[in-house]
Amino acid sequence: MTDLLKLSGVHTHIGRYHILQGIDLVVPQGQTTMLLGRNGAGKTTSLRTIMGLWQASSGEITLAGERIEARTTPDIARLGVGYVPESMAVFSDLTVKENLVLAARDGPLDDKQLDWIFGFFPALRRFWLSRAGSLSGGQKQMLSIARAIVEPRKLLLIDEPTKGLAPAIVMALIECLKEIKRKGATILLVEQNFFAARELGDHVLVMDNGTIVHRGEMAALAADVPLQERLLGLSLEAHQ
Amino acid sequence: MMLLSGDPPRSRVLTIVLLVIILALAATPFIFPGAKAMNVAAKICIFAALVASYDLLLGYTGTVSFAHTMFYGIGSYAIAIALYTMGPNWGAVATGIVIGLPLAALLALAIGLFSLRVAAIFFAMITLAVASAFQVLASQMSWLTGGEDGRSFQLPDLLRPGTVLIPKSLIGFEFNGRTLTFYLVFVASTLMILALLRVVNSPFGRVLQAIRENRFRAEALGFRTVFHLTYANCLAALVAASAGILNALWLRYAGPDTSLSFSIMLDILLMVVIGGMGTIYGAIIGAAIFILAQNYLQSLMGVASKAAGEAGLPLLPGLLHPDRWLLWLGLLFIASVYFFPTGVVGRLRSGRAGKTSDAAH
Repeated sequence: MTDLLKLSGVHTHIGRYHILQGIDLVVPQGQTTMLLGRNGAGKTTSLRTIMGLWQASSGEITLAGERIEARTTPDIARLGVGYVPESMAVFSDLTVKENLVLAARDGPLDDKQLDWIFGFFPALRRFWLSRAGSLSGGQKQMLSIARAIVEPRKLLLIDEPTKGLAPAIVMALIECLKEIKRKGATILLVEQNFFAARELGDHVLVMDNGTIVHRGEMAALAADVPLQERLLGLSLEAHQ
Repeated sequence: MMLLSGDPPRSRVLTIVLLVIILALAATPFIFPGAKAMNVAAKICIFAALVASYDLLLGYTGTVSFAHTMFYGIGSYAIAIALYTMGPNWGAVATGIVIGLPLAALLALAIGLFSLRVAAIFFAMITLAVASAFQVLASQMSWLTGGEDGRSFQLPDLLRPGTVLIPKSLIGFEFNGRTLTFYLVFVASTLMILALLRVVNSPFGRVLQAIRENRFRAEALGFRTVFHLTYANCLAALVAASAGILNALWLRYAGPDTSLSFSIMLDILLMVVIGGMGTIYGAIIGAAIFILAQNYLQSLMGVASKAAGEAGLPLLPGLLHPDRWLLWLGLLFIASVYFFPTGVVGRLRSGRAGKTSDAAH
């Protein structure tokens, strides 16, 4: 099992604040790695630093053996990194179709891939020519994820996809992400919903105060309630 | 539909209004005789194209630029200087175009590459500084530009008022060089607006809209936003310079007041806002409303004031006195922004959307 993404000693400053304080992590190829932690631990900043949206102040980030910490965001995206930001980040003035065409960038949309996406998210077919801004929260999140998978990507960075969604939509999203996993995608997934994390994660990284404080198998963390309470201040039962 | 790049007005009232404006402009030489009507119609055509090009920047990318009149001025001065120095021939017209358009595009490229990386407010400030510097430069280089007096020039024979192309006896009115110049302005402006419609409805236009909504998100999809914004800036500059060329050809003059002044920039901003940002069609509506008000409000108020006086109404004759036309023009604009915050086009389209959604429910 090779490591697709590797961060070594990554520090990120935002203004005066030292957010990431020496992150070391690996994301193995074809696996889903969960990034968990309390609010403000540095999870979103980690994804944004990998994506080049925040410049790492020091450290190394390698994607498939290639250094990317000094690259611009468009370059990193073109290397095959799909990013799903939190808070249903769609282009609301554009239609569903236009959102997906944009994500496909240079080429036309692949009909087979579209049919596969519509299989999970039938609403996107129904609202194909509607403005994305008129979709419901869940539909926007579906579109946001669909945008990241409309083309094959080496790595998917997904930030809290279940945030603010109704339980039924969360279940549909989990099923979709499981299917994406089965297709061999490599995913680094930030999630606050421990149930979703347990369902999807192969590996887990727990962050606190800008550092990784735990790394291991997701199944092991899911089975160890005292460890969950110590690391995350929660118990699995509370989230079931 | 092909002509409109698949982006029709999407409102019956808007379609009718646009058709009325376009037909009235096309028929101006026949139905509104007199120099003033032709001047107003030509100015509406030129400003519709100029405002549409500004809409590409402001409405489709969210970029506020104060250098748009500079590009307009470059086009005006290029053609004026060429015709002034080389004499009234088509070679001079071609020279003006060949020098003016690339110069505007190159300057837009330089401004874009150097300043579109910074935050929007700094870009606006940089464009303001560059435009002011250009205005001073144009004024100082009087040996070339004619300074504050500007440059008057003659047009090639074919475009002169004295050249009768079709005599009055044949079609009921004289089709002369001036009429031909008017149609040159009308057709060129129409083509520019259609080209801009094509641009904003192309995949490139969608990327611009994505950048307007969230630049970082567009970058995360792999788009080099500086390239896209710079390209849009160059396209807008090219259309603005072309509008400047048409303006100089129509006026047979280029000077600071008609092609470089900051008040033109404010007019463009008002026309975009009144018409509706991010629609292109708004440019036609905004230019028509603004220029008609600018030219006819005063005389209309004169008639209203006189009528109110004759009817013996108190206060109104004074309030509607023609000297107060600027006050009413200002109030008209405040009212239009208040009642049509998304512009006339946005208002008419949302009215239709409201009806459609009502019907759907």
